[in-house]
Amino acid sequence: MTNRFRRTLCLGAASLLVMPAAIAEEGDAPWSMADEVFGEEAMRHSRDHLRHSHGSMNTFYVQAERFELQAFDDEDVLLLDGNAWYGGDINKLWLKTELEYLPDESDLEEAEVQLLWSRAVSPYFDIQTGIRQDFEPRGRTHFVAGFQGLAPYLFELDGAAFVSTDGDLTARVESEYELLLTQRLILQPRAELELSAQEIPELETGSGVTSLSAGLRLRYEIKREFAPYVGVEWQKAFGDTADFAKAAGEESEAVAFVIGVRAWH
Amino acid sequence: MFNRRHFLGMSGAAIGATSLLPAWARSAAHGNLGLPTLTGTEFNLDISQFPVRIDGRSGIATGVNGTLPAPLIRFREGDDITINVKNNLKADTSIHWHGLLVPFYMDGVPGVSFPGIRPGETFQYKFAVPQSGTYWYHSHSGLQEQVGHYGPIIIDPAGADPVAYDREYVLVLSDWSFENPHRIFAKLKKSSESYNFNQRTLGDFADDAAREGFGTALEDRAMWGQMRMSPRDLADVTGATYTYLINGHSTLDNWNALFEPGERVRLRIINASAMSIFNFRIPGLPMSVVASDGLNVRPVETDEFQIGVAETYDVVVQPERAGAYAMVAESIDRSGQAVATLGSQPGLRAEAPQIRAVPTLTMKDMAMDHGSMSGMDHDAHDMKAMDHSQHDMGGMDHGDHDMKAMDHSGHDTDGKDHSGHDMGGMDHSGHDMDGMDHSQHDMGDGSEMQMHAHKTGPGVANTAMMPVSRLDEPGIGLDDVNHRVLTYSQLRSLDMNPDMRAPDRELQIHLTSNMHRYMWSFNGVKFSEVKESIRLQEGERVRFNLVNDTMMPHPIHLHGMFFDLVNGGGHHKPRKHTVIVKPGEKVAFDVTAEHVGDWAFHCHLLYHMHAGMMNVVSVMPKDGNVPTPTSHDPHAGHDMSSGKMDHSGHEGHDMPKDDPHAGHDMSKGEHH
Repeated sequence: MTNRFRRTLCLGAASLLVMPAAIAEEGDAPWSMADEVFGEEAMRHSRDHLRHSHGSMNTFYVQAERFELQAFDDEDVLLLDGNAWYGGDINKLWLKTELEYLPDESDLEEAEVQLLWSRAVSPYFDIQTGIRQDFEPRGRTHFVAGFQGLAPYLFELDGAAFVSTDGDLTARVESEYELLLTQRLILQPRAELELSAQEIPELETGSGVTSLSAGLRLRYEIKREFAPYVGVEWQKAFGDTADFAKAAGEESEAVAFVIGVRAWH
Repeated sequence: MFNRRHFLGMSGAAIGATSLLPAWARSAAHGNLGLPTLTGTEFNLDISQFPVRIDGRSGIATGVNGTLPAPLIRFREGDDITINVKNNLKADTSIHWHGLLVPFYMDGVPGVSFPGIRPGETFQYKFAVPQSGTYWYHSHSGLQEQVGHYGPIIIDPAGADPVAYDREYVLVLSDWSFENPHRIFAKLKKSSESYNFNQRTLGDFADDAAREGFGTALEDRAMWGQMRMSPRDLADVTGATYTYLINGHSTLDNWNALFEPGERVRLRIINASAMSIFNFRIPGLPMSVVASDGLNVRPVETDEFQIGVAETYDVVVQPERAGAYAMVAESIDRSGQAVATLGSQPGLRAEAPQIRAVPTLTMKDMAMDHGSMSGMDHDAHDMKAMDHSQHDMGGMDHGDHDMKAMDHSGHDTDGKDHSGHDMGGMDHSGHDMDGMDHSQHDMGDGSEMQMHAHKTGPGVANTAMMPVSRLDEPGIGLDDVNHRVLTYSQLRSLDMNPDMRAPDRELQIHLTSNMHRYMWSFNGVKFSEVKESIRLQEGERVRFNLVNDTMMPHPIHLHGMFFDLVNGGGHHKPRKHTVIVKPGEKVAFDVTAEHVGDWAFHCHLLYHMHAGMMNVVSVMPKDGNVPTPTSHDPHAGHDMSSGKMDHSGHEGHDMPKDDPHAGHDMSKGEHH
């Protein structure tokens, strides 16, 4: 284990420990006149309960943002782009995961999980820091620093920089927009850009812009929580990353028809 | 002679097509030909869960004596009232007497005025109130209000009633969901627009582009998009999950009332919803509004009014021709309505009107519509005399300001509402802004930029730049209807206001939110974060300036005291317990701090309160002594702590004699 990795782990752990904020502060009661009638202890208990339940409750959320089959010319990919969070209005613990499975080869091609502390810093944006663990194609650990939120003109944005235990710096930015054709029929353009500060041969990644994917998905919200969709996804690799792909006998650009479901609870 | 048990008990004799109903909430078709005037002094209320049938579907309610809505509690002004509340739930419960001037420890807010009622316990409420009119009661625990824990109160005046009528009914408006209320709240936290199916779509854009031109329509979309807000954000919880009810009946269940042509029928309308502001009208039948929030007002004839959650209005109607009139409670966001029938025979069903088109918010709702200000007439006021640039605004200290000179209620002879303007100059008192030159905010037409000294951050998405008075507006979505709609500026108390002093000082309270995160607060501080309640000194008169920084109307409720709404009404300002503050609006009301105690103060939209849009107003005793049941029971002199209660004076008319929890004392209500 390198020193850099230890430092990264410590930073990540420390950021997670800052999280528990919803602990009631001791001190003078903000009001207390009923104590004189019903007793201090009975009132303190009900007052603490009242205050906690009016503003500092935690919520649990889980979402399959994209659970879909991507049908490329030469292969099918089963994708799960999911996330979950638990927490209050300001501090949340986030879990993000992206899995790519090749059904034809029974092979898990890509698997990553991020565990992040997310803190609201403005009305529409959170900063997120934590750890990303890749299981496939190669076991790698990263420190993550990113942001997520809603930009002006209602674009969802999610960006993060990753520093791997080998010292490689990469980054990823995603953006989505929702266009309501009707109250339930929603067209969602989506784009994702990947960048790398350096060439990473073992991942067949060049430096600079490594890949861009753009998708257009049309979903129908049977309920807000459950929406099947169809769409198209276009992916392109750039520069050396494209060369790596060609050398491996793969296309550097591909289009897939997608069918899937978006669901949350 | 009426059998009271028939009224309050769970007698199954006249079960409607819907569910178990107390007699007052039954249809004319099931024997309710109008409320008899009956008064009691002792009431037993059992809180439990029970099955209900609404709109043809089965659900489970939490409520009182097995009925939805709860029994009518009717008594006479000034009488000593005893109400025993037994909790048969597995969770704590409570009852708050909405609008009743009770001692603070009888106000029924767990964690503020008492510890709540634990499972299996009985709490005895005892009070006498110096008021009459239409009120209501509901749980203040958890989200029980959403699931059926609400009912009406009528207090008959000790003297003659100034309102003449031949027949009366109570209309309790409410919103019912088959979803668990905690699930509803969680869904709003996860995705705040979960229930909004009234968004603007591509089709709306095409329509707007065709009407206003592509560029204008696009500009409008860009403007709202740039601010990350929706102009169709009218209600958080909508007809997508709600069935709207009148007296526990959906439109399908058709609650019906009776009239004889020519009769004066008094309708006591209570909005007992969790989240739904309603537009109420009876097409073809003008209504004379005679009371608001329980207290009499000078009669105003109108065709429609918007009623906020927790508000009450009494109206008198006088249908001359036989037939069936629709009594329509339409949700403010037009996602649904409840229709009942006022018919010349029992069992008639009026034709329900079409739900009207969904309104779209404007820049004015964002308090940024400066243009509309300049057209206003300020002639009647010498705004220069209030130019604060010459004053040193040293925090709350008004120093050499003569506050009496600023009481503009005296100026107002034409009834026009100037309250939003003339008081504007006083708004800075709540801010500690020494040395700031206010003249730079003078917009040249007398209006001023709003100051925001409160907390901001993730919980505050918007601050009102230029809030205005909107008391002379009928409410969101009712500006362009082709009939009369009641406005707050029309209301005048029938009685002269009891305290005509100008306020000693002012408070500024911002209604703040971030809809995107579903965060709601006062001054950017959620209830869970409040460090100290809002403190008033007994006897002082305080002006509350409420500034709505959000895009939604909020029915704001103060417990324990009526407030005088500063609406240009001179010495006849309407006195209310709940007032809707419209988006982008600044509303002022004056409170005389006469009831010592801790009083809840909150938005009456249940999930806004639950999210933190709440505080406590503490009226601190002059002599330092907090009133307790022994020290301070001016009405009856009951010794609440003795453990013995003399009930011999009460007849207990309406209660079964074998009542299992008669004769409780305070000690059972206490938690040891």
